[in-house]
Amino acid sequence: MAIDQSEVEQHVPGEFDVLRIKSDFPILSRTVHDKPLVFLDSAASSQKPRSVLQAMDTYYETINANVHRAAYTLAEEATNAMEAARSKVAAFIGATDANEVVFTKNATESINLIARSWGVANLEPGDAILLTHLEHHANIVPWQQLAAERELEIRWIPLTADCQLDLSDLDSLLDGVKIVSLTSMSNVVGTITPVRAIADAAHAAGAVVAVDGCQSVPHMPTDVHQLGADFLSFSGHKLLGPTGIGVLWARKELLEAMPPFLGGGGMILDVRLDGFVAAEAPHKFEAGTPPIAEIIGLGAAIDYLNNLGMEVVRQHEVALTAFALEHLSNRFGERISIYGPQSAELRGGAMSFAFDEIHPHDLSQVLDQHGVCVRPGHHCAKPLMRLLGVGATARASWYVYNNEADITALGDALEAAGEFFSF
Amino acid sequence: MSGLEDLYREIILDHYRSPRNRGELDSPPAVRVEGFNPLCGDEIVVYLDVDDSANGDAAVVTDIRIGGQGCSISQSSASMMSAAVKGRSIGEIRDLTKSFKSMMSIHEEGLDAETEPQEDSAGAELKLGDLEALRGVVKFPVRIKCATLGWNTLQQGIDETLS
Repeated sequence: MAIDQSEVEQHVPGEFDVLRIKSDFPILSRTVHDKPLVFLDSAASSQKPRSVLQAMDTYYETINANVHRAAYTLAEEATNAMEAARSKVAAFIGATDANEVVFTKNATESINLIARSWGVANLEPGDAILLTHLEHHANIVPWQQLAAERELEIRWIPLTADCQLDLSDLDSLLDGVKIVSLTSMSNVVGTITPVRAIADAAHAAGAVVAVDGCQSVPHMPTDVHQLGADFLSFSGHKLLGPTGIGVLWARKELLEAMPPFLGGGGMILDVRLDGFVAAEAPHKFEAGTPPIAEIIGLGAAIDYLNNLGMEVVRQHEVALTAFALEHLSNRFGERISIYGPQSAELRGGAMSFAFDEIHPHDLSQVLDQHGVCVRPGHHCAKPLMRLLGVGATARASWYVYNNEADITALGDALEAAGEFFSF
Repeated sequence: MSGLEDLYREIILDHYRSPRNRGELDSPPAVRVEGFNPLCGDEIVVYLDVDDSANGDAAVVTDIRIGGQGCSISQSSASMMSAAVKGRSIGEIRDLTKSFKSMMSIHEEGLDAETEPQEDSAGAELKLGDLEALRGVVKFPVRIKCATLGWNTLQQGIDETLS
């Protein structure tokens, strides 16, 4: 039996009814400090619709058994449910073969897998890795660790003043590079990067391309082949799914040639006293019992998004981002500085800003009193913070369940914070 | 917003607006130490001039400067700390640090038990002076690290001085 998704709330395609979407997310009906919850931190982790929670409950209540290697019915159903989710993930990102989808703990583990498996097998002392100044620490530190061990050079694609990639020296930067690893959408300033153009140049220079899709995959249509990616990493919990489940997609030839990452049960064909034979991909990279319920939850999250339609999800986000840029700028003028591209078409819905010279930590504390959740800090992107010349920013980020009223509520709370800290 | 007013007392905002002992000291001879709050990116730099003509705990912090950037709680706590420790002996600073940190943890325990530890807080109040204003921070556990950043950095500087 597969998990029945027929009860997924049906939304009319093309009609984006945010109030109805909000009602699918149980947490959004709670209050914080007696104020309605205004959740604007989806870039860190999204909320989960009822259908995702139910899919995981249903698994535990009706199927629960370890996957693979058992002849009894429950185990077979669990395996089928997990592999059905793998197929959903593959289709969601335009992959032609579900066996190109490896389940990991999160995108961080996915990127570490690339570094530790592909990187160790393919990078020699003196080789170069090309990253960008936009990257999350998860797409910096694994490469720095590897570079230190194997005497690799790390290069950086610089940024323009509005936090877009400056590709003017791309060709010389690519000389000697074996892998380009870059975000497709900044988690700090929302910038959508020109992955395809960079991938074409990288391939021409003989490099492979790894894309950190944590922010873009949940928020816009994704097609790994159109992107020109060789690897794509993302996390379930930013995509309406549960924590503890991430995805690494890679081209099959790459996965087949890569050595295993973690060793253990589930990733072998045979084990003898003098060695082992690894299983085929993707199982080669999935040692140990996988997070079965979370994988099924991720599948349900993808069903939910597909039901809305990713094109429409992106249109909603562009509209809401345009509203936020206009509303906040009109309302606060020079009191607010919004980092990154100033056009909604060029960015996602993660918006870092400075307000009234109030420190982001203090700002978010006051906003919390109004039920408004925004995140202060360096957003795991300290090199970008240094480039922006700040120690921290406040970041608001939105998703399918946010509407203009949420942005207006943010504006009201900022107004109150400005009064509270008026020096 | 009564909770917020407990956190952002007027004297805290005053120290944030007009930080005391802000700046740098020549290092050496001053000891220079940096402290980071990896959660929020706050950075504190503490410069210490120590007259070590007396030994160990009797040595006196003759001057202190604070650099770095951060939120109102980390900056005001460091500012109040600098005013409180300037001219004090290492031994006195050690006691003060202990009182300050116990003010934070007393309230953590107090919250658990839903009672206010009257006697201890009164004792701490006498010694801590302005720093008492930071008492409200314990109601916002995430911010305790902001309030203690300067103190931990100071401790590191004193350890370096004595070693």
